Amino acid sequence: MDTPFAITLGVGTSRANHTGSWRVERPVYVDRLPPCNNACPAGENIQGWLFEAESGNYEAAWRILVHDNPMPAIMGRVCFHPCETACNRVQVDEAVGINAVERFLGDLAIEKGWQLPEPGRDTGKRILVVGAGPAGLSATYHLRLLGHQVRLVDSADRLGGMMRYGIPAYRLPRATLDAEIDRIVALGVEVVLNHVVHDIEEERRAGNFDAVFLAVGAQLGKRVNIPAGDSSKVIDAVTFLHQVAHDDPPLLGRRVVVYGGGDTAFDAARTARRLGATDAVIVYRRNRERMGASGEEVEQALGEGVSVRWLSTVNRFDAERIVLEKMRLNEDGFPEPTGEFEELDADALVLALGQDTDLSLLDHARDVTVHDGAVSVASSMMAGASGIFAGGDAVPAERTATVAVGHGKRGAHGIDDFVMGREPTEKQRHELATFDRLNTWYYADAPRTKRPELERIRRQTNFEEVIGGLSEENALFEARRCLSCGNCFECDNCFGVCPDNAVIKLGAGERYEFDYDFCKGCGICVKECPCGAIEMVPERI
Amino acid sequence: MTRQPVHFYQVGSFAVGNRLLSADDRTVQSLRERTNSIDSGHRACQGCGEALGARYALDAAMRATNDRVVAVNATGCLEVFSTPYPETSWRIPWLHSLFGNAPAVATGVAAALRVKGKSDVRVVAQAGDGGTVDIGFGALSGMFERNDDVLFICYDNEGYMNTGVQRSAATPPAARTATTDAVGPEPGNVFGTGKDLPRIAMAHDIPYVATATVADLHDLERKVERAMELHGARYLHVLVPCPLGWGTASNDTIHVARLAKESGLFPVFEAENGTLTSVSTIRRRVPVEQYLLLQRRYGHLFGKNPRPDIVARIQAMADENIARYGLVDESTESTEVNA
Repeated sequence: MDTPFAITLGVGTSRANHTGSWRVERPVYVDRLPPCNNACPAGENIQGWLFEAESGNYEAAWRILVHDNPMPAIMGRVCFHPCETACNRVQVDEAVGINAVERFLGDLAIEKGWQLPEPGRDTGKRILVVGAGPAGLSATYHLRLLGHQVRLVDSADRLGGMMRYGIPAYRLPRATLDAEIDRIVALGVEVVLNHVVHDIEEERRAGNFDAVFLAVGAQLGKRVNIPAGDSSKVIDAVTFLHQVAHDDPPLLGRRVVVYGGGDTAFDAARTARRLGATDAVIVYRRNRERMGASGEEVEQALGEGVSVRWLSTVNRFDAERIVLEKMRLNEDGFPEPTGEFEELDADALVLALGQDTDLSLLDHARDVTVHDGAVSVASSMMAGASGIFAGGDAVPAERTATVAVGHGKRGAHGIDDFVMGREPTEKQRHELATFDRLNTWYYADAPRTKRPELERIRRQTNFEEVIGGLSEENALFEARRCLSCGNCFECDNCFGVCPDNAVIKLGAGERYEFDYDFCKGCGICVKECPCGAIEMVPERI
Repeated sequence: MTRQPVHFYQVGSFAVGNRLLSADDRTVQSLRERTNSIDSGHRACQGCGEALGARYALDAAMRATNDRVVAVNATGCLEVFSTPYPETSWRIPWLHSLFGNAPAVATGVAAALRVKGKSDVRVVAQAGDGGTVDIGFGALSGMFERNDDVLFICYDNEGYMNTGVQRSAATPPAARTATTDAVGPEPGNVFGTGKDLPRIAMAHDIPYVATATVADLHDLERKVERAMELHGARYLHVLVPCPLGWGTASNDTIHVARLAKESGLFPVFEAENGTLTSVSTIRRRVPVEQYLLLQRRYGHLFGKNPRPDIVARIQAMADENIARYGLVDESTESTEVNA
């Protein structure tokens, strides 16, 4: 080669110099578990469907959603959204309105007539699902996707369980409920209504079922012994709400007292207001901080003119007069009687003190354990080795519709493993995407969109839905507030900030790749990644 | 001229790119087809701010001129780490002569192109702060005065870094360098000296003067684009942190540049024909300590024998910048929250 004096090499590109050899740590792309997904009792891939919704791909978003939960329009209304409590955006401004976007997608699906995925190829296995509430319906759906035949039985004359007979229509309009239930039934489900199962073993034998999913719920309102006069009207909240749902509301009078502090108590009080009660008073033995009802429900109830007597118990109910005993919290936070009494005018007393399960159908099921009025289950929701699974309010867990939906899904997969003779597998979970891994500089400030609330005056007298939905514009805005914690959303930061051009952009949907020939391991990409989807690991030497 | 922040797009206003952004709102750096004016394999230190700043600025200039750029380079880190014979990292026409003559060489290149009738080829000259504020200062002032058709970019890392971190006239007060030891009653570089070159450039009434940092890519690219729309002498001053000379972690390069701006110590603005036309306001204001604490060159102000009095003087400099340029804008702060 012809080179100048004292020069032995030809001129070439610096790419001959592999600066990657300087590196002692290397960046690697990771996926972490977003806190919303981690918190979702129904096991939804929330970040996944928000990602599609951000691009306006609503059907794709809905399809990811119903992969786990077939009832998004219902959940978008009744779920107490633990995902939003867990959301990292809380620490920036406010949580992403996940629940509102879910409802938007659910409603849009109903409007557009999107159908659930086709059932799986027939396995020839027959499964009996007892109880058509959220757990039973969810199990039915997932079992159909897995290709099993399902018979769904319920003691009521319509499907829905507590979603129909417990949750008032102003929180969950019946048209929405029916639409989502019908979509599940359309997958080919044998529905048997008005049928009470007395003995699960016998029922199973008679129908020759390979496995059973038990989702009978907790239908019995707890009673306590309160001295009451003959003419005093006392009813439990479950019965009350059930009758209202059946369009056969009991006559409670103008002054209604509800005893209890859970969501059911507030549902009962708000329903009483709508039926014409001028006074709807909740009596609860603890204070507001220790109450079971969700904050939103309390706010809405107070806004509708429901009042609450904190730290009080009902001592007795004479005609038109309830005697309350005042309580105080002891050091451990337990209420203790004070011996002070006060009186309250009342026409009726509604007891909302919790619900019990009726598990008499398990009396002859030998390998099922019932403890404290609930069915003991493994993580696969298996209650008995012979193939009895259970979920929803009948098993020990938080009693919410969303938890029940999660039980249904897990139970269906447990049943699938059981009837197909597979060992149950535990899914590997990613490391949690915590707030400290985010670089929040990159997120524009964008406060949360409020869902319109029906004007208070209107909702005191009718059963119209209280919380409105989001418009498309608002839903898109809300979805785009997602920080995408722990998972790359292709913001190009790593590609842009590398001083050594050592990040290769693979194109839309394909993310990026490191060029370790040239990456010097400076770590800027890790530091400037908004969502914490890159980490440094020591180089093997 | 002030950029309208994009809301609702997750990270639209701040990140490099975004699948949800319109093509107009994306940066040149987010494009796979960007020039990569300075190629991989260059020998800049880990986390070099100057390598990053040079690629940002030149790629944007290439984009703005349909790839018709000649770059003239003064001696300095950027020249040394990019062209150790027989290798070169430059993927654009590039010329190096001496430390102090880059503005004059660029003037000559521009004149030659004019004579040859190549009006579409544009000239960019670039230098570190030493080649700009010290050694090339006379030539640069002449280039400004003659209004030669050159965009001169200074990558300011506040010292002579490749020769071993000596003080330049751009080294800030109290910073320790090899020639300003952290000893005596006033440790580090002295207060009240140095040259504020953006303001000196503005005093020449040239068509365009702007400052930027590697922490705000959208802003930097927009300024290069604006500079290429204009003709005559233009000056862009880019703050490029130096992990070696500043004693910062290599992954902190962008973070520390951001704090320089957010504390008010490095005002980001632009001016046309000697008049200030826009400032980039502070988004999340921080006290100067947050900026200083990340840098070992200020280590003697903290620790066992802290010097809060000196930190207070540095804070006063930041406050003065904020007042002079109006860097805290209450109205934009509130629009961001309400938009």
